[in-house]
Amino acid sequence: MAVIIHTEEHVNLKPPTSTTGIIGWVRANLCNTWYNSLFSLLIIYILWQVMAPFINWALINANWTSSGAECHQSGGACWSIIHANIRFILFGFYPPPEQWRPLTAMIILFSLLIASRNRNWWSKNLLYTWLAGLIIMGLLMKGGLFGLTSIESDQWGGLPLTLMLSVFGLAAAYPLGVALALGRQSRLPVIKSLTVIYIEMIRGVPLISLLFMSAIIFPLFLPEGITINKILRAQVAIIMFTAAYVAEVVRGGLQAMPKGQYEAADSLGLNYFQTMRLIILPQALKIVIPPTVSVLISAFKDTSLVVIIALYDVLKTTQSTLSNPQWMGFSTEAYLFVGMIYFVCCYFMSTWSRRLEIELHTGR
Amino acid sequence: MALKQLPASKNTSFWQDPDKRSIIYQVFTLGTVLMIGYYLFSNVQANLERQSIATGFGFLDKEAAFEIGESMINYSAADTYTKALFVGILNTLKVSFIGIILTVFLGTVIGVARLSSNWLIAKAAAIYIEVLQDIPILLQLFLWYAIFYQFFPSPHQALNPVDGVFICNRGLVFGIPESHPAHTYMLIALLIAGIGIFFLRRWAGKRQAETGKIFPLFSVSLLLVILLPLAAWFAGGAPTAMNTPELRGFNFTGGLNVSPEFTALLMGLVLYTAAFVAEIVRAGIQSVNHGQTEAAMSIGLKQGKILNLVILPQALRVIIPPLTSQLLNLTKNSSLAVAIGFPDFVAVTNTTINQTGQAIEGIAMIMAVYLIISLSTSVYMNWYNQKSKLVER
Repeated sequence: MAVIIHTEEHVNLKPPTSTTGIIGWVRANLCNTWYNSLFSLLIIYILWQVMAPFINWALINANWTSSGAECHQSGGACWSIIHANIRFILFGFYPPPEQWRPLTAMIILFSLLIASRNRNWWSKNLLYTWLAGLIIMGLLMKGGLFGLTSIESDQWGGLPLTLMLSVFGLAAAYPLGVALALGRQSRLPVIKSLTVIYIEMIRGVPLISLLFMSAIIFPLFLPEGITINKILRAQVAIIMFTAAYVAEVVRGGLQAMPKGQYEAADSLGLNYFQTMRLIILPQALKIVIPPTVSVLISAFKDTSLVVIIALYDVLKTTQSTLSNPQWMGFSTEAYLFVGMIYFVCCYFMSTWSRRLEIELHTGR
Repeated sequence: MALKQLPASKNTSFWQDPDKRSIIYQVFTLGTVLMIGYYLFSNVQANLERQSIATGFGFLDKEAAFEIGESMINYSAADTYTKALFVGILNTLKVSFIGIILTVFLGTVIGVARLSSNWLIAKAAAIYIEVLQDIPILLQLFLWYAIFYQFFPSPHQALNPVDGVFICNRGLVFGIPESHPAHTYMLIALLIAGIGIFFLRRWAGKRQAETGKIFPLFSVSLLLVILLPLAAWFAGGAPTAMNTPELRGFNFTGGLNVSPEFTALLMGLVLYTAAFVAEIVRAGIQSVNHGQTEAAMSIGLKQGKILNLVILPQALRVIIPPLTSQLLNLTKNSSLAVAIGFPDFVAVTNTTINQTGQAIEGIAMIMAVYLIISLSTSVYMNWYNQKSKLVER
């Protein structure tokens, strides 16, 4: 039997340069077919056409510190509108010496949000911390206790208002939404039809009609002599609106529960409320955490609609800056800045929700 | 739950009998709701009486006395509120209809681009989706409107990219054919072509089922759609007169003027909703198992047929329900027109409320119109879901 023995040194050949490194990457990802090469060129051309003038306007020719009058002379972006008015944009009509209070409230909120990112920290204590945090935030904004001067809520504005409308809105809408979802799954026809009517009606109309209602019709619902301020009325409208969407999300979770869970609870002799509280809801609510975050994101974006009923949220304060003659005509810059605030907040929440989705998926 | 309840034995006290207890719960709930309703209603009545506001829809027949910037029908300030509101509904439907068509198209393109093997295209689509989804629609509307005003020239220095088309801060102005009876004939011809294609399709399907012969349906339909209106145009005398815009004074006269409000609203709605639609389309395409494509290839179907007969029918089942809800969202979001001054239904109703003080009626009408749109869509959706449901053994 012939034995073949290789005696020469084994040569380590490098892969061809056309398949590795930058060239290889470009060939595999940008030019893998003839039409893809064409598309790549087209996209680069379009980007060049759009981005070059934009960068020119927004960065190279931009005015960072000049006054409004100087800005009008040059053709570039006028970013000085932002830092000249940043206090008003962020805090609205809140009295300047007291503006540390909304700032602290926002810092508390952000630290709570960051703490809640970590799933290992989710516990009863975190829930209590949240409750305490929300109360402290409300106290800081309103004042009137512990030597803080009382600030009426019609002076609230800017970013704190936006954040409070969405956070308090979701906090109140969540239990209401869960109750509505349970009602919709109920065996009792009266309760079921009442909740279905409510959910479908709210989901069928635009939020703005509810906000109009809060601004114009809510006062008519109240007995003579009692008034509720505008912010609270808008908050009620947002809660009513968000609750219907939360209810639909939670219903999805309830429907995903296998029948065996109900039957097991029944065989243990638990009654309806025990079944829901101990068996069904803990599981159902866990499944629907990611879609609930999406509801939170859209609730956060939707609070901007309060502009239409003239509440001074962060979008409205920006808009009113623009009616100052000195800064007139720089709306694009101002809106881009506010857009960035919204983008950062929403991006934070949506990446978090995506990560949660992956983490939570493992158990099932 | 299909659990059967045993009949309660004689000595069960009545709050432990599930049937009786459920009746008590329901009576209690209904009673509470009715009581709250009655309380609010009586408050409203007392308040209206105190402010001496008359209720009812009598104001609809009165003269509206306000102008509407854009209208698809003839309208003047001397017309009634009913007509003004109708103009508003038409404007809402117009912007929603055009918006839905553009959104579905753009969303599909971006959704497919998101899955492209070209890194640059996939990344560009991903960035588009992320950025546009994360900025409130109202802010986007303001931004487009601001860009229109800040960067486009006045009518005197209007941009003129193609002959007869002007872009300026008063909107987009372009020439349209002078009205002529031939255009009506063309519309009728198009309608006839549509009906013809419908019957042709049925006939072709039946023939294929019986004989296996395939009829080139697409090319014949395309030909019909083009040729019939063209023939009608020639039969009507082939009019070519154009109504071109001219600069007179401070603005253009003649031609068709698409206002900046409409453009900003349409752009905002389409670009925003398309980002959501793109995600839906991507998820739909990814939901079809790759084995389906391989199976279709192995029975010898061509690329186009694979897409048409195997991939799309399965992907659409996943795509259509969330797509409809997004398109409904677009329709509801068109109500934000009020913020940038486009006279949609909500804006016109808002003006009506301000003039007449009939707030309850006005808001009830807004809600009713959107509810009708939403509910009729969900009736259609239920029918569609029923039809496209997987038939399982």
